[in-house]
Amino acid sequence: MKLKKIFKISLQSICKNKMRSGLTSLGIIIGVCSVIVMVAIGQGSQEKIEKQINSLGTNLLMVFPARTNRGGANQARGSFNKMKLTDCQALLKYGSKFKYVSGEVRVNGQIIGGSGNWNSSIEGVSEQFLDIKEWELAKGEFFTSKDIQYKKKVAVLGHTVAEELFGDDSPLGERIRINNTPFTVIGVLAEKGETGVGNDQDDIVIAPVTTVLSRLKGGNKINMIFISAIDKESLDEAQIEAEQIMRIAHKLDDGEDSDFQISTQSQITEMASQTSKTLTLLLGAIAGVSLMVGGIGIMNIMLVSVTERTREIGIRLSIGARSSDVLFQFLAESVTLSLFGGLVGILLAMLISGCIGWFTSLSTSIHPLVVLISFAFSGTIGIFFGYYPAKKAANLNPIDALRYE
Amino acid sequence: MKSVIQMKKISKHFQMGSQEVKALQEVDIHIAAGEFVAIMGPSGSGKSTLMNILGCLDTPSGGEYFLDEVNTAFADKNKYASIRNEKIGFVFQGFNLLPRTTALENVQLPLLYNHQREITNPKQIAIKALEEVGLAQRMNHIPSQLSGGQQQRVAIARALVNDPAIILADEPTGNLDSRTSVEVMNIFQKLNEKGKTIIVVTHEQDIAAYTKRSIVLKDGKIIFDKPVKNRLQAEDVLKSLEKK
Repeated sequence: MKLKKIFKISLQSICKNKMRSGLTSLGIIIGVCSVIVMVAIGQGSQEKIEKQINSLGTNLLMVFPARTNRGGANQARGSFNKMKLTDCQALLKYGSKFKYVSGEVRVNGQIIGGSGNWNSSIEGVSEQFLDIKEWELAKGEFFTSKDIQYKKKVAVLGHTVAEELFGDDSPLGERIRINNTPFTVIGVLAEKGETGVGNDQDDIVIAPVTTVLSRLKGGNKINMIFISAIDKESLDEAQIEAEQIMRIAHKLDDGEDSDFQISTQSQITEMASQTSKTLTLLLGAIAGVSLMVGGIGIMNIMLVSVTERTREIGIRLSIGARSSDVLFQFLAESVTLSLFGGLVGILLAMLISGCIGWFTSLSTSIHPLVVLISFAFSGTIGIFFGYYPAKKAANLNPIDALRYE
Repeated sequence: MKSVIQMKKISKHFQMGSQEVKALQEVDIHIAAGEFVAIMGPSGSGKSTLMNILGCLDTPSGGEYFLDEVNTAFADKNKYASIRNEKIGFVFQGFNLLPRTTALENVQLPLLYNHQREITNPKQIAIKALEEVGLAQRMNHIPSQLSGGQQQRVAIARALVNDPAIILADEPTGNLDSRTSVEVMNIFQKLNEKGKTIIVVTHEQDIAAYTKRSIVLKDGKIIFDKPVKNRLQAEDVLKSLEKK
């Protein structure tokens, strides 16, 4: 019998039992809908994190002190730091693939000024820091190479710090004290908000690296070096170049382990998105379970339906339907119901994830592949869970089926 | 006369636990085209078993059965389905129409399962069959909107639609009142006059009186097989009923 005929019979039977058909589809609707929405939330947050990390600058190389191992004990990163400001100068002098280089020293300090006090992290950086991070100033100006050279006690405040200390007043030209050292505020950074993991990027004070080293931290070791490659394509070459220059600057012999480590932005992005990928997978798996339950629901109702429709099957068999006709009819019914459920589930998921994106701070992203996979999966469920009841219907004996009350 | 049904020493045994029940014992039946036969007998006489074998719903344990000059012994399951579809029109006691399905759709059903020929105008054929039983004006009604007699007429139209070799009716008037029963027998008589071969299984003597030949079974054997004397004409009976 032709496929068209079978689907015609199945559709007739589905339409004549709207309530039963609707309930059967409901399981698949909820299953498909939850899979798509869950994955959409997972992927949405993944994309958000990636976007934020990439907004730190895509051509960025970061040089950290390496983890060291002394006498079998793994030491904390930076325990035996050998990175100095002279490394930055060497990089600038010998590198050909670098656009900007900035060392960074970080200390925590109590900041007193204006009408209050605040504890924040103070970052000593070079005058190229803003260009490297692609950050912007809200007002005032950034310090220059001269300020660095003369170790000027000037500071640029993050938005949060400026607000905590000075409220709505302009902090420009005001004097603040960081760990009892007086600084003059010369600028305020533009507001950047929280990172994907909830860190306030505006809770920061920026000062010349030389000033922070000599006045606040002491010593000559720096925490890390930011390097900005001239473009995205030369990122790998820049990484190799930085490695070579640093090894020469640190007078390392061939075969000796580097006492520093260079990471690119993309490596860090990958690490961060790995976490949210796991999250997406977990959410999807949980939702997948509900899709399976929906499939079992289909099998359940189809089985009940076979019993309830024993007489109908008997009639069909007695007027000349073959076993295969009945098998395909029931199979076509369950596949149609599950595909219909899949379709409605997809539409519902689009609506719900649109609402989530609109009314909450969660961002959602529906990937076409996810939609396609869950649609195909719902069809497979229809075949898988529809086969057993269909087989049962097809194997009925027409005499017994006709007598069934 | 062409032979439509030729049964040679048909027997059917059932295994009930340790006991073997012989429902049919070497039954011989010959029915020619255009006959109108009643198969009668008390319950347990084997008439249901005979009816199932005649309708190709069941296979005999022994003997040969030629339907429309085709030996059914070698048929597989699908072949049986095709025989039921093309050669046999069933009419049941309980009507057995699909619920929530219009009369027209019910009548079209056997055409849908016809594997042999491509039917281009199933609707026209179904309407024609409904016209033959006088129900064309009700073709869009569902079974629950029809009376018992009307439902049975839809069932007869469904049996007719594939132009079968025989119409096999199992207690067709069992669920109907006496007047409607006569109406249904009237339809059978008219169809028989047009040349249809009809076999009615019944236990009512009154119903058998409308047929041309009656076969009586007892304990799985034929004990009586003769033409019907004093045959009733449904048309006349209906007229006399109207006078009262």
